[in-house]
Amino acid sequence: MQGKIISWQGRFKRLAEISKDARLKSFYQQGVPDPFSSLENTEFVALDFETTGLDPTKDDIVSVGIVPFDLRRIRCGQAKHWLVKPNCVLAEESVILHRITHSQIEMAPDLTQVLDEILYALKGKIIVVHYQFVEKTFFHAALMARLGEGIEFPVIDTMMVEKTAIKEHRSWLDWLKRKPIPSIRLADCRKRYGLPYYQPHHALSDALATAELLQAQSQYCLDPKTMVKDIWQ
Amino acid sequence: MEVEHQEIANFLEAYPPFTDLPSEALNRLACHVEVSYYRQDSEIFEYGQQITYLYVIRSGAVELLRRSGELYHRISAGGIFGHRGLLMNRKVRFDANTLEDTLVYCIPVDIFDEYCNEFEFFADYFEADDNARLKMTVSKHADSNDMTTAKVTKLILKEAVYVDQNSTVRQAAQVMADEQVSSLLIYDPAKPVIEDPEEDDAQVVGLISDRDLRSKVVAKGLPYDTPVADIMTTDVVLIDSNAYVFEAMMLMLRDNVHHLPIVHKRKPIGMLTLSDILRYESQSSLLFVQGLMEQKSVEDLAHYSTQLSTIFTRMVNEDANSHMIGSAMSVIGKTFKHKLLELAEAKLGPPPIQYCFIALGSMARDEQLLVTDQDNALILDNRYQPDKHGRYFEQLAKYVCDGLANCGYKYCDGGIMASNPSWRLTLDQWQAQFNDWIENPKPEALLNSSIFFDLEGVWGEIKWAEQLTTFVSKKAQNTPSFLAAMAHNALRRTPPLGFFNGFVLEQDGEHKRSMNIKRRGTAPLSDLIRVHALAVGSRKQNSFERLQDINEANILPKGKVLDLEAALEYIAIMRIKHQSWQIEQGDKPDNSLPPETLSEFEQRNLKEAFGVLDKAQSFLKFRYQNKAKMK
Repeated sequence: MQGKIISWQGRFKRLAEISKDARLKSFYQQGVPDPFSSLENTEFVALDFETTGLDPTKDDIVSVGIVPFDLRRIRCGQAKHWLVKPNCVLAEESVILHRITHSQIEMAPDLTQVLDEILYALKGKIIVVHYQFVEKTFFHAALMARLGEGIEFPVIDTMMVEKTAIKEHRSWLDWLKRKPIPSIRLADCRKRYGLPYYQPHHALSDALATAELLQAQSQYCLDPKTMVKDIWQ
Repeated sequence: MEVEHQEIANFLEAYPPFTDLPSEALNRLACHVEVSYYRQDSEIFEYGQQITYLYVIRSGAVELLRRSGELYHRISAGGIFGHRGLLMNRKVRFDANTLEDTLVYCIPVDIFDEYCNEFEFFADYFEADDNARLKMTVSKHADSNDMTTAKVTKLILKEAVYVDQNSTVRQAAQVMADEQVSSLLIYDPAKPVIEDPEEDDAQVVGLISDRDLRSKVVAKGLPYDTPVADIMTTDVVLIDSNAYVFEAMMLMLRDNVHHLPIVHKRKPIGMLTLSDILRYESQSSLLFVQGLMEQKSVEDLAHYSTQLSTIFTRMVNEDANSHMIGSAMSVIGKTFKHKLLELAEAKLGPPPIQYCFIALGSMARDEQLLVTDQDNALILDNRYQPDKHGRYFEQLAKYVCDGLANCGYKYCDGGIMASNPSWRLTLDQWQAQFNDWIENPKPEALLNSSIFFDLEGVWGEIKWAEQLTTFVSKKAQNTPSFLAAMAHNALRRTPPLGFFNGFVLEQDGEHKRSMNIKRRGTAPLSDLIRVHALAVGSRKQNSFERLQDINEANILPKGKVLDLEAALEYIAIMRIKHQSWQIEQGDKPDNSLPPETLSEFEQRNLKEAFGVLDKAQSFLKFRYQNKAKMK
């Protein structure tokens, strides 16, 4: 997909110009949140998708969870959750994972029907995900398939935050001893901060779990004074 | 549209009062939750701040502190806090700090109010809880009034009023009138209180009360210049300033005394009267002792003893500390002996010579719990002649030991009981025995006999027991080889900690997958404390009091005494809680604690406490054993 983007501000300006879909155009026109503001003064939104599988070219999104928060509070009252009808077959294995059933999907709207709402919830906030590949590529691919154009946006990836923190704490001795690198799966990261176990694979729970993780990271390995531009990707 | 927060709802559902909410209401509540993360040792809020949320701990642990900085409560997952503030002007009542990394669910006050209005049980939960807690705060607030936690010194309203024994009764009456007291201590100024007197006597030689003036002076028409020494009561029961109020009360009820002088390092510092104490609510354990003294036969006593476990659990539930529970159980145990000896003497006739019945081990240390053997012995007058007196004391001892067994105090496996002729010795013989143990410390012999180094007189010539402890403390302090042997003994049992700081559990036997918290916790700790106590010449028997003497002697690195105190309290209280819990479950209490019954928080604290023991043992090894080797 995209390489390292030097300036998300510039990129959004450009995307606002070339975008054809009105919803996307307006999303880009809102601009990105202030890249120079510190984490402690930033409004975040944790985003999580459940998908039918792991291949963005074949699989599709089945649910979206969004939880707004800042470094002090996570506001469940403003959380959002959608089930959406994927444009591919819902495989048995994925049903077992996220426990969203065929009949539930039958009743669900298409992603484009709720796109307005989703973009509205994301607008003006820094999006936080755990493992950006899923959210970025699936969102892009899903819209590409439906609207003929994709979507780009900056994220703070709690997985990357964790990876960096681990790297900084790892001594050459650990390396020499081939001490295994700790797992950076969401549940394992949470464990390190004393966060409780949540049943994974529910977009809303996972988004909540991600928000809590960033709060915890901000107290241990992420300086709340850090500017957004230094860690978003 | 409100979305379902299943994780939050599922969690809340497991804890009252949320358990009883209809699921729809529960889900709606979950939707309004806000979440916050606090790392270990950070402040959530402090006294007086505005509060607009009810807090529920999702994971981690939180400590609530009073304004004075005193601990109010420690809570972990599922624990609720902040409601007192919400109910009282929306101002924080207790500082809240995290003890671990903590995730809290915050319920906005609007929802809290709404649910309190809508669901009666929901409101009741917080209000009832609030009242209960309020009561607790009130009683804690007047900390000096709470006899389960207060020491006698807190009840001293006035300094001790005393006159010297050469004063006349008129002078004494004048002092009593001036000071508005109903009793007066009489001291002997010629009896200086030095740091380490031969005898344990205090300066106090007697006591007079209003009643003495009435019945011994006025009624008898004695002249007013009669010296007080002629009319005073000389058999004065004293209490040490370290004692708890309830101990004082038990003593007064048991010995039927109404005035109890309080001495600090054997100097009188105050006087406690029964009315001082009765102003405070009576406690079940006190009434128990009183009731015990009224029993008429061994059968009555045995029947009465069945209540003991209830007293025990009640004290635990009232949050008594281990010292208080240990003391109460010991006082009760001593009262059983006391009563049985009374009955024995009534049956066998008065003793042909004087004797002292002594308690050994945990009862002497005031550290007795429910699961306990009887360890006791007899000190006989030096005039003892086996053929003349032997039969009497054999019968007496058998009567008491059998009686104790009937009352739930198991016979001692090691036969350390007065019913064993080896442990019915004259004072001189005991002294020779202790002398031999100290001068020729054979580790194997000491294994069994370390129990003898905690001894307390229960009945009869109690002074003899004190004479023995004085002898032991002096002799032991100056005998390094003995201290080394005791130190060696104290290292036999190690705390149940393994590699990677895990618990080491018993792998076989009846108590599989558990740890013996007495054998590997409280016992090695009191062994270790005993060695240091003997080394500094302390004559205290209780481990906490011994620690105070050790602290004053400054023989341990800075802070270590505090660590030991905390570790002993924690391990002891875990043992106590475990037993109390077993009783409430209808099980037989034991000392085998399965770690999985503890919260992560408790496990960590327990490991830390064992860690203190472990370090203290290394220090002991280094200090006494090496010294002995170098000699």
